[in-house]
Amino acid sequence: MPIELIIPLLAAAVQSGTPILYATLGEMITEKSGVLNLGVEGMMMIGALSAFWISLATGNPWLGFLMGGVCAAMLAAMHGLVCLGFQGNQVVSGLALTIFGVGLANYLGTPLVGTQGIGFSKVSLPVLADIPVLGAILFHQDVLVYLSFALPVLIWAFFRYTRLGLHLRSVGENPVAAATAGLNVIGLRWLGVLLGGFLVGLGGAYLSLAYIHLWTNGLTAGRGWIAVALVIFAFWRPGRAVFGAYLFGGVMAFQLRLQAMGTDIPASILMMLPYALTILVLIASTMTGRGGEAPAALAVNMEPEE
Amino acid sequence: MRLIRVTKRTEPLGWGSVLVFCAALGLSLSLACAALAVQGVAPLRALALLWEGGFGSVWSLEDSLRKAIPIYLCALGVSFTFRMQIWNIGAEGQFALGAIGAAWAVLTFPHLSAVALLPLMMLSAGAAGAFWALIPALTKVRLGVNEIISTLMLNYIGILLLNYLVYGPWRDPGGRGFPMTMEYPAAAQIGMLGGTRLHWGLVLCVVLSVLAWLFLNKTRLGYEIRASGESLRTARYAFMPYGFLVFLVMGICGMLAGWAGFVETSAVAHRLQPSILVGYGYTAIVVAWVARLKIGPMALAAFLLAGLRVGVEVLQLELRVPAAFGHILEGLVLLTVLAGQFFHYYRLRLEWPGQRAEGR
Repeated sequence: MPIELIIPLLAAAVQSGTPILYATLGEMITEKSGVLNLGVEGMMMIGALSAFWISLATGNPWLGFLMGGVCAAMLAAMHGLVCLGFQGNQVVSGLALTIFGVGLANYLGTPLVGTQGIGFSKVSLPVLADIPVLGAILFHQDVLVYLSFALPVLIWAFFRYTRLGLHLRSVGENPVAAATAGLNVIGLRWLGVLLGGFLVGLGGAYLSLAYIHLWTNGLTAGRGWIAVALVIFAFWRPGRAVFGAYLFGGVMAFQLRLQAMGTDIPASILMMLPYALTILVLIASTMTGRGGEAPAALAVNMEPEE
Repeated sequence: MRLIRVTKRTEPLGWGSVLVFCAALGLSLSLACAALAVQGVAPLRALALLWEGGFGSVWSLEDSLRKAIPIYLCALGVSFTFRMQIWNIGAEGQFALGAIGAAWAVLTFPHLSAVALLPLMMLSAGAAGAFWALIPALTKVRLGVNEIISTLMLNYIGILLLNYLVYGPWRDPGGRGFPMTMEYPAAAQIGMLGGTRLHWGLVLCVVLSVLAWLFLNKTRLGYEIRASGESLRTARYAFMPYGFLVFLVMGICGMLAGWAGFVETSAVAHRLQPSILVGYGYTAIVVAWVARLKIGPMALAAFLLAGLRVGVEVLQLELRVPAAFGHILEGLVLLTVLAGQFFHYYRLRLEWPGQRAEGR
């Protein structure tokens, strides 16, 4: 394949990987605090819809982007209420959150279907964009992509160097010990749920504001679930999440390009690629034998005191 | 100052569980009404229509029962895996594969008589569904791959496979370009019960329920499935290895969901087409959890949620409420019931601080 084709493809990989990256990092934060939230797909949809809607209504895409995160965090709060408040099963509650969130977004979004929205367009960064090859791939993107470059580093530093990050990790590893040490386990887990939901919502917002400027129902198309898988693939490490997200972005972009170019391979078969890859990637990551790095108390509720 | 104290419940909740369920349902309906009001639909009128559409007449009751059949079969299937804490959410894909399996039998042997064709369809549908469920079972047991993700991804792939078949090699040449197979011959269609609009799939549900109950409660294997779900320590003393039990429950689930796909294509749609995939496999998960995996309550919950689906279709027609309203309702029911299950395990006591000191 000639380089003139590869560079746009890689640039597209970064772009379509970005929403997955936001969502993966969000879910990672939640899981680090010991809460499994399978509602990522639902939260992304809500994030996408509210961002689209609010940008359109106010004419301010930044406000929309932010509110996409906030509204998704509000949805995540329902998961927090059921699991942290009422000791509900985290797997089932997350699943219910996806059913509810996707349903709500499609329901409220029905009048908006086909509406042209506003959002972010590409901005070349001066100097950096002129770097050969790399510049065209990484620095000829929209602002939200640049923002996402900083995120993994920030999250990594947060968990490694800040007291709050350490506390968040410890309630995910051993909540009983953390409580004995005087930490507010439920409070910290709430923080993990809300912060994670916020980032997941930003991923959804990216889809409707920057990826396409159009509302369609079912916009996320399983990206939320791919993000859940990528957290496992990344062994709960932000750096590996970047790699995973761009890998999936690449496959999605490649698949779309092939369809647009018109191949003999039927569209349904091409569309299977990211989903099949998800399973393969999980197999690969567990076969390397390092899958055991999940937070030890993931999805385990803390019983109320007697 | 009054305090609420949480204590572990020692005796079962009994009839209180009905009360909790009704409260959860009431809360879900009122939240859903808020969603209706946002879109400018009169909530009370909508609720009345919802009830009437799903349960208000013989016609609608028949409709609800017809929809309850595939939902119940899938719910029965996933309840086996949930009992063992295997988080199989792949019923939707297994349903699709079952429908594909049944269609394969019809398209390959279109001239067989009903006596031969229907059992063959059932066999191939069950095998295809079970095959789809055994893939994640294999990757879980042998490679430790998380089954939540693998079953869900196989849903997407199974649905796309169905699409590929009906858009491509299996498309009916006389179908004016619509993505569907030819209409099944009469021999491939499950008959109706008497003069009703209900089909023999309902009888299949009853038979399978009895078999499932007998298997779980009267056989050693069934006991082990229940025990290994309750605690891993018991599982270690089990007669059968854990891996075998995982394969068994996943295979059973795939087969049942596959049969749901067979029943739906053979008795209702009369052909393979993408519109049979309306999320029964996901509703089944809601049903299984709402009923706390018990067979009788699951049948009831399947009927109830099927009725809600029928009611939502009426809302769609009469008040132009988007179909996604049904998902809002299902998600809310599951979330609130899940929160309500708290009261099965804990009790709340109102208490004065002084009283507590006295008690000690």
